[in-house]
Amino acid sequence: MGILHLTRAVYDEIRTHGEETYPNECCGALLGTAIQNGWNVVAAVRAGNTRTDSAHNRYNISGIELVKIERDARRQGLGIAGFYHSHPDHPAHWSLTDLSEAHWLGCSYVITAVAKGKAALTNSFRLAGASEEDKRFEQDTIVIDEENTNQS
Amino acid sequence: MTIFIPTPLRPFAAGKDAIEVEAATIAAALDSLTQAHPDLRKHLFTGEGKLRAFVNLYLNDEDVRYLPAKEATAITAADTLSIIPSIAGGC
Repeated sequence: MGILHLTRAVYDEIRTHGEETYPNECCGALLGTAIQNGWNVVAAVRAGNTRTDSAHNRYNISGIELVKIERDARRQGLGIAGFYHSHPDHPAHWSLTDLSEAHWLGCSYVITAVAKGKAALTNSFRLAGASEEDKRFEQDTIVIDEENTNQS
Repeated sequence: MTIFIPTPLRPFAAGKDAIEVEAATIAAALDSLTQAHPDLRKHLFTGEGKLRAFVNLYLNDEDVRYLPAKEATAITAADTLSIIPSIAGGC
């Protein structure tokens, strides 16, 4: 099982984001550095959900927004460690849509269930596998670091 | 030009986040990239040699799909090419 370290500020931020966009899905990127068997995430970057046609159960981040997030991350000496989104009134578990639309092998996909507007469980799933053809989600252990909470 | 490699593809590009190539077009730049790092090819292209549908290419800030000449667009040494797999999903 992989490990995803999140600062307390990042953990709180992604859950707050999910509450703010309820009943629609929120989404964003997680920035950090690779560690043995996981990621150390120090920042969450909010992104717009372009799926305005079905925002209550779908999300999509525009390519150009990703380019800019990636560019800013590189300037900070960070990389894209993964992404987060919310499941409004739905369990904090990946869906078949999540898997089929996931293409960042080795990255973590964090999902927060938001029940009636309140953030509930948050889980993380690593997109494992050697290629698009054998990709799968494996659950991460989320470790919340209480220090360094000034970054978000 | 400089090609920026996204996190999931860096293991197939000697761990690099950016690679310099000399080429006249975007297609030639990708060719040069995958010749230098052959393991990248299957992650970028289908077996038929077409760019995978979920792989987005941005020449500087422009989506290559919407450039008139697409991957045949001419490039200069100062240009950057970002390879960005798509990110989407939902419950």
